[in-house]
Amino acid sequence: MAAPIQRSPETTQIDLESLERSLRRPRTLFSYTMSMLTGGATLAALFPLFSVLYMLVLRGSATLSLGALRELPPAAMAAGGGFGNAIIGTFVVVALATLISVPFGVLAAIYITEFGPETRIASGVRFAAKVLTGLPSILAGVFAFAVVVVTTGEFSALAGGVALALLMLPTVLLTAEEAIKRVPAKMREAAIGMGATPTQVVTQVILPTGAPAMLTGVMLAVARAAGETAPLLFTALFSNYWMSRTVPEFLPKNPNDLMKPTASLAVLIYNFSGSPFENQIALAWTAALVLVVIVLVFNVLGQSLTSRSSD
Amino acid sequence: MTPGEGGTARDIFHLGGQPGEPVAMPAEAEISRPPSGFELAADRIFRRCTLTVAWLTVLLVFWVIVSIGRQAMPSIRSYGLSFLAGTAWDPNRAQFGILPAIVGTLYSSILGLAIGTAFGLAIAIFLSEGFLSSGIDKLLGYMRLSEYSWLRSLPGRVENLLRITVELLAAIPSVVYGLWGIFVVIPFIRPPAAWLNSHLGWIPFFGTNLSGPGLLPASIVLAIMVLPTISAISRDALVAVPPKLREAAFGIGATRWEAILGIFVPTAATGIFGAIILGFGRALGETMALAMLAGNANVISWSLFSPANTLAALLANHFPEADKIEVGALMYASLVLLLITLMVNIVGTVILQRADAGLKGLR
Repeated sequence: MAAPIQRSPETTQIDLESLERSLRRPRTLFSYTMSMLTGGATLAALFPLFSVLYMLVLRGSATLSLGALRELPPAAMAAGGGFGNAIIGTFVVVALATLISVPFGVLAAIYITEFGPETRIASGVRFAAKVLTGLPSILAGVFAFAVVVVTTGEFSALAGGVALALLMLPTVLLTAEEAIKRVPAKMREAAIGMGATPTQVVTQVILPTGAPAMLTGVMLAVARAAGETAPLLFTALFSNYWMSRTVPEFLPKNPNDLMKPTASLAVLIYNFSGSPFENQIALAWTAALVLVVIVLVFNVLGQSLTSRSSD
Repeated sequence: MTPGEGGTARDIFHLGGQPGEPVAMPAEAEISRPPSGFELAADRIFRRCTLTVAWLTVLLVFWVIVSIGRQAMPSIRSYGLSFLAGTAWDPNRAQFGILPAIVGTLYSSILGLAIGTAFGLAIAIFLSEGFLSSGIDKLLGYMRLSEYSWLRSLPGRVENLLRITVELLAAIPSVVYGLWGIFVVIPFIRPPAAWLNSHLGWIPFFGTNLSGPGLLPASIVLAIMVLPTISAISRDALVAVPPKLREAAFGIGATRWEAILGIFVPTAATGIFGAIILGFGRALGETMALAMLAGNANVISWSLFSPANTLAALLANHFPEADKIEVGALMYASLVLLLITLMVNIVGTVILQRADAGLKGLR
């Protein structure tokens, strides 16, 4: 029970001075200082980002040339050279990973949203996806090594693709799930009312409607996969040569090429970063610049797809 | 009937009537008609297909554990638990131990996490409590610009830009951070490290000199990499604090920081804690920054400037050239790393789910 409020003359007399916000009061001063500290910490945390971008532009653009994008990695101390095979290798390995992870992730997402949303297996899939999200990237490499490299007896682009696919799968699956959930129930009901089978509802209504949001997830997954190094170190390994020597500047003509060690930008940066030779270090910076540009382009592409679809 | 089981069109669409009895349909309805036999067959196959893939996704997790475990089996049998306590990694004499790597993993992760949490939490508070937008609002007020309508959306836009910029930190590949760490962070912290070592060398943390790669540069880069995870998840937790509490706190006359430290952060504490645990999981498994910056030395030391090793860096450095026996030992190390990160991640996920459930009562 609330006690009746005592209205004594003292309580009505409000000391207006004490209500003023003044920095002389410890409470206000504390609040002010903390605000300043937080703002300072935020600015300080952004410093590395700008430092990284500055260094990339400064040191990366020094050796950036058309030749660097088209030639093979140089030997120590040799002039020129580039990382053309690594660019193609990165695209091939990431494309393989996308081919494996996207159908897999989208089909699983369709099941857990459309066909069996409340089932045990659906919550199992969600849990599995969350566990895979937290899987350290190097363990994806260890898995691909154990499954592909040990079986085929050779480091290969395929093994790298499997490792990256394992990392892409949870992103693709969880964003596809969100995308499907966001398709308005009206459209689903209308399709069912027209006599569509559940499969037709999915393939002709839900997938086309949810496609932009799903593509965003795929783009983000691709951006992440393109920058991954650890899973490729001992799956795709590295190669100083083109994938297919008959057609040097294009994608592999020969499917056997996918079963050979393959270069990638990320591994090239890692290998050259520890090199004592100035020309290889310079190329590592240039490759890092190219890699960051590729990753950011995929990120921005992905983001722009969702912002357009949500309008 | 559960949706996963399939069935006839009559069951699926609840058309009613007895089986075998034709469903009443207007004769001219060309568009809306019951599905044909082919369509029903395709439907059943497609649904089976998705169910299989869903099962495979669950099995995939087990497959990862089993395939790594099977490769590690010979090594587990020959080294047993002494593998975890050994300090030498010598493939030539087939001696393998991962104690320095385990200690290094925990040390670098905790250090990186501490730095990352301090900054990540600051960013989360800065972004969720409207510091930036109220500051810009005030600034516009001083400049007598607040009546222009095109400026009114400015605070929100700047805040959004800042959020995207912080997210961009996560988009930079870790190998690029490693490269940056070698050529920027290490030269940058070498002079202060040398000073600390020569003047305060009696403190165990500064006991050795930084001769190049070491624990501290690796942890700093690690902090940058876990920062976006921590700030994004804690920001979500802070934004989810019910407005009621927010208004009540200011209503009883709390200053902004009294409200933040006394009400908002404690309310969001479970979510923030979950964010820290997930950041920890990420730090434990991070490979490239540590492989490039920690120095790959099997040393156990308190010193921040001493070279060290971590489980992930050990794998990255030794796997490409390992022979069969060493691969077995590396698989054993992978299994240890897998179990540690799995545990940490499951704990983090469970805590975040609790946080979600806990806030429901307050709304």
